[in-house]
Amino acid sequence: MRPARDRGGKRPRPEWADGLRQLYDSVLNEPLPDSFADLISKLDESGK
Amino acid sequence: MTAETASEGQDGNSPGTGRPVTPRSEKDKRAFKRELTDVIPHLRAFARGLCGRPDLADDLVQETLLKAWAAQERFEPGTSMRAWTFVILRNAYLTDMRRNRFRGEYDEAVAERTLTAPAGQEGPLHLSDMHRALLTLPPERREALLLVGAGGFSYEEAAEICQCAVGTIKSRVGRARAALSRMIESGELPRRGSAGEDAAHAAIMRDLDHVSHGGSLK
Repeated sequence: MRPARDRGGKRPRPEWADGLRQLYDSVLNEPLPDSFADLISKLDESGK
Repeated sequence: MTAETASEGQDGNSPGTGRPVTPRSEKDKRAFKRELTDVIPHLRAFARGLCGRPDLADDLVQETLLKAWAAQERFEPGTSMRAWTFVILRNAYLTDMRRNRFRGEYDEAVAERTLTAPAGQEGPLHLSDMHRALLTLPPERREALLLVGAGGFSYEEAAEICQCAVGTIKSRVGRARAALSRMIESGELPRRGSAGEDAAHAAIMRDLDHVSHGGSLK
């Protein structure tokens, strides 16, 4: 594997940095389970 | 702020604590709910990175949403809803860790199914390998790296979320980066199978022991 460099200033992004972002983005891009819409709609009731 | 205060469901937020509480109008509540809804995907991504299992991560997010709603008068409009709710989620996570909720909960099959990279974007590093590597990091480094490296928060914002000094966050992120780089360079990235699972489990057990004995992720 290509060695990662991380020395401050302008540096090449190591392989894992993209992986980490992808990991996060893969969840961001998932469709939201219905349970969340249900919960959000019930917040009004709980708030009154 | 301690995890115990978050468990009360009222004080899971550091930003805003100590400010006078202003009753919210219906319009404010609607705006709050819209903002809260918008950050759900981010909360899910942060929770997944923290605790490893998608179903438990979503439970954590639901808990966070309820706590945020209950504490909405402490939210200062115009400030970052994402940062505010991340504090609540983080504290809820710590509380659940103390209750042993996440003991041995890393699920290989679920991770494999849910951490598949989008078509055309999959690099040589499989996302589930990445996730396992992340889970082997000490918790305070893991969350720092998640916030800065994945969530795109500045060091200052991450420090506020974790309630520590900016220098501490920089150090944690630096150490986390070094550990991941080392794992990848040496080829010791935890792989699928028993060795990788063991490493991830061992990391979770370490976290658990740490918080069970009164430690925190601060």
